[in-house]
Amino acid sequence: MVQLNINGRPYQLDVEPDTPLLWVIREQVGLTGTKYGCGVSQCGACSVHINGEVQRSCAIPVSSVRSGDRIVTIEGLSRDSSHPVQEAWVELDVPQCGYCQSGQIMAAAALLRKNPKPNDKDIDEAMTNICRCGTYQRVRAAIHMAAGTGKSGGSVIHMGSAAAESPVGSVDQTTQA
Amino acid sequence: MKTQDNAVANFSRRRFIVGSAIAGGGLALGLRLPVGLAEAAAQDASAASPEVNAWVVVKPDDTCVIRIARAEMGQGTHTGLAQLVAEELECDWRKIAIEPITAGQNLARKRVWRDMATGGSRGIRGSQDYVRQGGAAARMMLLQAAADAWNVPVGELAVANGVITHAGSGRSTSYGKVAAAAAKLTPPDTKSIKLKNPKEWKIAGKAVKRLDTADKVNGRQMYSIDLKLPDMLHAAIKDCPVFGGKVASFDDSKIKTRPGVRGVVRVGDTAVAVVADTWWRAKAALDALPIVWDEGPGVKQSSATIAAYLKEGLTADDAYADTDDGDALKAIAGATKKVEAVYSTPFVAHACMEPMNCTVRITADKAEVWMPSQNAEASLAALSTVSGLPLAKCEAYNHTLGGGFGRRGGTQDFTRKAAAIAKQFPGVPVKLVWSREEDQAHDFYRPIGQCKLAAGLDQNGELVGMHIRISGQSINAYLAPHNIKDGKDRRQVQGLWKTLAGDAQIGYTVRNMRIEYAMRNTHVPVGPWRGVNTNQNGIYLECFMDEVARAAGKDPLEFRRALMHNHPKHLGVLNAAAEKAGWGKPLPAGVHRGIAQFMGYGSYSAAVAEVSVSAKGEVKVHRMVLALNCGHAVNPATIAAQVEGSVAYGFDSLQSQCTVENGRIVELNFDTYPIARLAQLPKIETVIVPTYDFWGGVGEPTICVVAPSIMNAIYAATGKPVRTLPLQHHGLTLV
Repeated sequence: MVQLNINGRPYQLDVEPDTPLLWVIREQVGLTGTKYGCGVSQCGACSVHINGEVQRSCAIPVSSVRSGDRIVTIEGLSRDSSHPVQEAWVELDVPQCGYCQSGQIMAAAALLRKNPKPNDKDIDEAMTNICRCGTYQRVRAAIHMAAGTGKSGGSVIHMGSAAAESPVGSVDQTTQA
Repeated sequence: MKTQDNAVANFSRRRFIVGSAIAGGGLALGLRLPVGLAEAAAQDASAASPEVNAWVVVKPDDTCVIRIARAEMGQGTHTGLAQLVAEELECDWRKIAIEPITAGQNLARKRVWRDMATGGSRGIRGSQDYVRQGGAAARMMLLQAAADAWNVPVGELAVANGVITHAGSGRSTSYGKVAAAAAKLTPPDTKSIKLKNPKEWKIAGKAVKRLDTADKVNGRQMYSIDLKLPDMLHAAIKDCPVFGGKVASFDDSKIKTRPGVRGVVRVGDTAVAVVADTWWRAKAALDALPIVWDEGPGVKQSSATIAAYLKEGLTADDAYADTDDGDALKAIAGATKKVEAVYSTPFVAHACMEPMNCTVRITADKAEVWMPSQNAEASLAALSTVSGLPLAKCEAYNHTLGGGFGRRGGTQDFTRKAAAIAKQFPGVPVKLVWSREEDQAHDFYRPIGQCKLAAGLDQNGELVGMHIRISGQSINAYLAPHNIKDGKDRRQVQGLWKTLAGDAQIGYTVRNMRIEYAMRNTHVPVGPWRGVNTNQNGIYLECFMDEVARAAGKDPLEFRRALMHNHPKHLGVLNAAAEKAGWGKPLPAGVHRGIAQFMGYGSYSAAVAEVSVSAKGEVKVHRMVLALNCGHAVNPATIAAQVEGSVAYGFDSLQSQCTVENGRIVELNFDTYPIARLAQLPKIETVIVPTYDFWGGVGEPTICVVAPSIMNAIYAATGKPVRTLPLQHHGLTLV
């Protein structure tokens, strides 16, 4: 029997001690927002918070989690998607396929807890999660937005035209989306 | 728990209308509508929410539910298709929901939703005409219903945001109120439907927000890998690591008594699966299972043997010429200056973040599959084949894909394998999930290739002849041999086509031009990889173009422009990228530019990269400007997202490689197989230059200009062309 505290709820689970925390969260507890991506702590899709620190749950045997440890998954980050990171993610339409985004958001939330006003270099170092769709530019911009650093970013779109009959016309608009 | 509630909710047979992304209810997938009951359920639901036509259902609260046949894998097609339907429907964009249909429903209704395949960047361009017609037809019927009720000519009515008004009498009503009557009307003749001029678009063509973001930030979005069904079992699989090998034997005595293990089964001739009550238990047991493989002849193959085989193809006699204008060989032989180079590109993997997975349940008279598929109808067909049940007794519930990139289209190996396992557990749903290592070891890789290029310049530095010989593996030979006509596999020269209209034509006119392909197939499975053969061919042509330009003593941009007079659209995007990037303007010390243009998927792409290379070989890409002419731009924000994503995916071409040793893939996880990370990515600017006279793709076209523009910038920085990939071969690392 292992005892876990996940998102403020206690769980008593009968599971082999070498089972990775990721699979206990997904299969025994039934919270599937935390994803399997690599199993070797490389991609970060399985990121959760343990006592406020971001951890990759795929490489943590459940036996090494102490009963007093507070585990927070994406489902427990906020009740209603109101964490500033989640709000910025929605505002900038960060996700594409979305599969890695739970992990990205958990990593970003942990970064901002430690460093409320990160610069680009801080973001480079903290955000090592893999996104195969390549949402990185918007991930960076959304972290700046959530932190209120005032640094502009996101998608840079030049809407031009190669034809005279274009409804956009030849006016070149630069949009921050 | 919400996720569990979702899974249960998906099970409701009556729940035909599911989820409103607008209301935050989430896009519930996996509609459970067994064929035969589909019609009854539809009628049931239609009492409350009438189906005006196959594409549009209107609820009493005016919510317009737009049906979608294509798959969503992050590329934004669901939102884009909804924009196109909503534009013609004239509904309130704030009150729409989208509802994916199933392959079984499509079959039961004689494919009223047509093709469900989502690949080749065709999601929107391949269906825009009939989905817009669907929206327009629904609008016409809704208006007619109001006209009938008020006994006025339909021509006197106006509609905006789903509200119908009659100026003469001051009356107004809404779509929700007239939908039931509209549903009973005869649909208009397709010929009478007049689509809007895109210049009048109010919803399409705008950077509206995606409809599917809300559930992707809180863990609620359900992927196929997250599926929960009553009594479900979990399977882990191991295929012979050597392609073409088989299972000789395995000893399950050591693992069958482990906790939770329910069975150890063969999957065809090539694989073994352990089935257990949880996936982790299945996987751990499989890792402990002794398996003896009959590895077959493939075990003798390695990257070195494959390279030697392809090299022989560079000069062999069996190539076919896809283009043979003038006399390229003679022109080059007689030229003042000759340039020659051999390029090579490795196998690369798709590495979808959601590993391959699939759930199947087979009973005596029903087979069902829950999957992430780029082609739900191919999944249905694969299920029917393996289960032995006719299509009408099969159903396929597609899910939002955790990445597709071409991996989850026609091959359907995941469906076939899951079905082969589930068949051995009748009546029990079995979810098969591949480990990352298995996913890397058994992909359909981007084909390996080499290319020998030669060019001749006259005394003025003008290009008088070019000869391109590609030697490499064929996707068609592996997956679709019927597409090879008279020994001509045109797909492998994608992007270098001169005569094939529309899709992926070469952007240069060279008087004497010979383009050849020598097919050299290996034992390694190959398949479409986002951008497919434009990736390698873009590198070959566009990097060599820089070599030739330098040999001619000309600026790479000007040299290209001189060859592009007959290709105004190619030239248009090249100019747009160059202008926005400030080609020719001063750069900080140590920063160099590279440029490339190419065509694929009906769209025109160009890129300029700004790169510096340190003494230690650290390659830093600082900024990239990418220009795209995709004809019509349905959602500029989504297009930018795809362009940004294409840079990350294009980085694979530079730094990733699947090496073959002893017949098997060496790089089995992300510790050895590099994937672009946030810190590596440059600032990306998207230049959209639509000409509004065609419909091109968006998901793939720009990938193929990413690697060559960066390689050309490296060449500018170091003075040495990069001809073989990955960059690590040259002591270069993307930082």
